Amino acid sequence: MTILTFTLILLGGAFLAGLLGSLTGLGGGVVIIPLLTLVFHTDIRYAIGTALIAAIATSSGSASAYVKEGITNIRLGMFLEIATTTGAVAGAVLAVYMPTSVVAVIFGLVLIISAFLSIRPKGNHLETADKSQLAQQLRLNGQYPTPEGMVNYKVRHVLGGYLMMTLAGVLSGLLGIGSGALKVLAMDNMMKVPFKVSTTTSNFMIGVTAAASAVVYLQRGYIDPGLCLPVVLGVLAGALGGTKILAKANTRTLRVVFGVVITLLALQMIYNGVTGKL
Amino acid sequence: MKRLLSRKYWEDKDVEVLLGTLLRYGVILSSIVVLTGGIIYIMRHGHEIPEYRDFAGPNNRWDNLPAIMRGVFLGHGREIIQLGVVLLIATPIARILFSVFAFTVEKDYLYIVITLIVLGVILFSMLGGLGG
Repeated sequence: MTILTFTLILLGGAFLAGLLGSLTGLGGGVVIIPLLTLVFHTDIRYAIGTALIAAIATSSGSASAYVKEGITNIRLGMFLEIATTTGAVAGAVLAVYMPTSVVAVIFGLVLIISAFLSIRPKGNHLETADKSQLAQQLRLNGQYPTPEGMVNYKVRHVLGGYLMMTLAGVLSGLLGIGSGALKVLAMDNMMKVPFKVSTTTSNFMIGVTAAASAVVYLQRGYIDPGLCLPVVLGVLAGALGGTKILAKANTRTLRVVFGVVITLLALQMIYNGVTGKL
Repeated sequence: MKRLLSRKYWEDKDVEVLLGTLLRYGVILSSIVVLTGGIIYIMRHGHEIPEYRDFAGPNNRWDNLPAIMRGVFLGHGREIIQLGVVLLIATPIARILFSVFAFTVEKDYLYIVITLIVLGVILFSMLGGLGG
């Protein structure tokens, strides 16, 4: 296979990854790593570096649309970015000392959890009681537009959410993924932020979190231009197409199918990690 | 310039819309740069065999900005792609810088400090010698 065919096939794969990633909310990066390692037999360190760049591309690309709608809670995002960026730098440093087979196994496990979280039906919280003093002091409470007008919401369990975000950051730096599912879990389940707000705020944070570990990856040679070329362009085009379809399609079935595919890929990654093939 | 620093001007402009625009332009600019470098790279190396099976470690042609810029001025495809990637990484960082400015205009001192902490963490990861 020449570089030309390799680039074209990968471009198609990255397009599909970006499309499915944006339709299911899992992000484009999670498919890039199994695609590169299992299909193209790329070293996992190149795969991680490339996936992280894909995560930044999709985050910035779609955040620009969400921020405009006024759903993103910028203060909440900024405050929690202290947690995710410190976690991400720690994760990127940890990645140097961790054998690639262990990284592959952790990646597989996180992938299965993320797939499960994305299929699980979502409850839409609306906390109106002012229970957290910290949230008040940090001015994290906000409001967001609904068909019935602006709705005020309050944030809870700031400390727990902060710790969960630190973990999301560590995994992001270690595995080169956006950890969007974990970020939403922290804001949705712990801090009781309305689902729409937590999804968009998480997406807003992914770019900054990933940038913190990307500069470390860049210095370490994980980010290769030959791989970034098809992946960045493919994922961006796919994500753009995904947002267009998202407005019309019912994504429930797609989510389940994608969840099953992701789980199978994850099991393969774990198997390869355990048998030392990665 | 005085108009740019007045609070009214920024409220009218709506900081959040500006943030969104900043992110969009960052993404568009970096994809154009990546595409340009990509065309040069494929034209010169398209017939070669890709080598990604084994990790080669840091490549001193594109693991730091000065080297990338040297390659860009020589018209090398892969360094131009990598410049696009660096621009992509820089986009969210530029967003933080912009937020410091926006919070300053709003006189929100707590969030100026919070934003500067985030910026500090990123600067540390850039310059802290963590690449080794």
